Amino acid sequence: MTERVPATLIDKLWNTHAVAMREDGQTLLFIDRHILHEGSFHAFNQLKDRGARLARPDLTFGIADHYVPTRAASTAANPEAAGMIEQLARNARDYGFLSFGQFDPRQGIVHVAMPEQGLTVPGVLLVCGDSHTSTHGAFGAYAFGIGASEVAHVLMTQTLWQKRPKRMRISVEGTLPPGIGAKDIALTIIATIGADGAQGHAIEYAGSAIRALSMEGRMTLCNLSIEAGGRLGMIAPDETTYAFLRGRPFVPKGDAFEQAVEDWRHLQTDADARFDREVTLDAAAIAPTVTWGTTPEQAAAITSAIPDPDQVADANKAQAMREALRYMDLRPGQPISDIRIDRVFIGSCTNSRIEDLRAAASILNGRRSRVPGLVSAGSANIKRQAEEEGLDRIFRDAGLEWGESGCSMCVGMNGDTVPAGERCASTTNRNFKGRQGPGSRTHLMSPTMAAAAAVTGHLTDVRRLQAE
Amino acid sequence: MRPFKDLTAPACPLPIPNIDTDQLIPARFMRRPRSEGYGAFLFHDLRVEADGTKRDFPLNDPAHARCEVIVARRNFGCGSSREAAVYALADFGIRTVIAPSFGDIFASNAVKNGLLPAQVTEEDAERLLSAGAMVAERPVTVDLESQTIVAGNLVVPFTIDPVWKKQLLNGWDDIDLTFGQSVEIERFCAQDRQARPWAAPSVP
Ligand code: SF4
Repeated sequence: MTERVPATLIDKLWNTHAVAMREDGQTLLFIDRHILHEGSFHAFNQLKDRGARLARPDLTFGIADHYVPTRAASTAANPEAAGMIEQLARNARDYGFLSFGQFDPRQGIVHVAMPEQGLTVPGVLLVCGDSHTSTHGAFGAYAFGIGASEVAHVLMTQTLWQKRPKRMRISVEGTLPPGIGAKDIALTIIATIGADGAQGHAIEYAGSAIRALSMEGRMTLCNLSIEAGGRLGMIAPDETTYAFLRGRPFVPKGDAFEQAVEDWRHLQTDADARFDREVTLDAAAIAPTVTWGTTPEQAAAITSAIPDPDQVADANKAQAMREALRYMDLRPGQPISDIRIDRVFIGSCTNSRIEDLRAAASILNGRRSRVPGLVSAGSANIKRQAEEEGLDRIFRDAGLEWGESGCSMCVGMNGDTVPAGERCASTTNRNFKGRQGPGSRTHLMSPTMAAAAAVTGHLTDVRRLQAE
Repeated sequence: MRPFKDLTAPACPLPIPNIDTDQLIPARFMRRPRSEGYGAFLFHDLRVEADGTKRDFPLNDPAHARCEVIVARRNFGCGSSREAAVYALADFGIRTVIAPSFGDIFASNAVKNGLLPAQVTEEDAERLLSAGAMVAERPVTVDLESQTIVAGNLVVPFTIDPVWKKQLLNGWDDIDLTFGQSVEIERFCAQDRQARPWAAPSVP
């Protein structure tokens, strides 16, 4: 009998998908799910150049999200976007794969709608030409973003050559204080280890505070793995995972599902398995967190003040802080809760799920927003559900716009942008310069924090409003 | 793919950390066909004001107009997986980026397009950034085989994944190699169907 070698979940999933190994150490991995969006057209052009066929249409799924209009104004403003959506639909027809187009009831943001359909299950290897594919790791899937040349390679072969990543475990132990959620955990992690802190690593999130998260919260956390530089993030499946998946359209039916659950229960890191790096956080010490700069690592508790570059020993870091503060038009020492905002955006693959909308609505209920804003549900299904629950009324009554589902103002490709110089409280994942439109200024935060900022017109500790 | 062996060309210093791919190419240009060339979009919003006037940005300096090397600070190419960021660099004429670290997806995309992500230590990056050698008249030399950068009197080693090095030196891409694995892939699928029946999507 061979001796059992203790393994991490990351390694177990890797080994399950290894088709072949090359002398140089590269492994050919089999891809269980390949997801495409409008931006995948560069890869289809590579396919056409080679005259190649699509290897596995049955494992290939498309969805329109990046360019879909999410408010009436964006349709008119951006006729070119319609061409992008049509191009995806045409490729789906030509190559024979299922694609959820703009008006499909299953449409939504790729990292919201695919899990919702049950296309993301534990143990699968899933790729998509989008860096936030790490989101799907919330189900105990091995999921990572790839570039266009890799998309083309998967289209043609349903495989990818990869180098085994290093393994990192981030454990969050204890109980989160009231009002603190997955977004706060994620921003705290990134502020702690840096925007490149997990470079070259696959992350497994563990610990009692992670176990206590809902699937929505787990997806938010895994979504932000890439903002810490990680190749992917994952959480071992458990009863929360199975309960979320049971009965979803694309999961195995009846007994086959329960059989699958029996298999999935083995998808755990062995107790004595070794990680290349371990980080541990105390859940009780996490506060509502917002970004003040132009990289997600420039984040701090709402109760703190803008840090002073003059107090930072590392000259390069200080210079980067000064440049960020100049762009953001902020000064050192300013209390973060003094920062006035011009706009809010609640949406994106980070925070547009039903739980996020309920959380934001709980703050906005019976209150008015002092600034204009847009709420964009993560999928057409979530939009319908929110309307059934009356959440759209709460947002509208507060003075916010209730849009269609899509990437929307997270990236502005559909024309929904934050005007130059404006400051937006946003539930998205990137506060890069110009991310939400040329000259836009983004503060990242949780849905409740964005709602609180809307109500007061400045960045606000949501716990204050919750206490009222 | 065009092989990369060595390069002697002007370099442009960009002493900025965390240059994300949204800076390399703003999202609104990504729907353009590649055949039009992506070079004009490189660092677009850092180079050009909203009214079309040029900003004070190193790449706008005529001394760097013909640069083929960029030297930057840590975490170059973080953020979005957009390969268009590499297209913009390549179409502008950049063939090497030197930095202390790179976004993982960016580095992988770069190699697939024959662009060398040369990783140096933080100290060496600072040396290169402050080296008077990095002006148009005195080009830097990047040699992949020996993994060295020469800028004036400064000689700096760099690291690169050995697999990527081989691919760049030979101009290989993976696809032909993978087509040669079709028997292994079929065998894998046959076994896997038994081992993981739940892995196939169950069409409603
Ligand atoms: S919502 Fe934003 S981050 Fe998410 S997939 Fe769309 S553009 Fe990317």
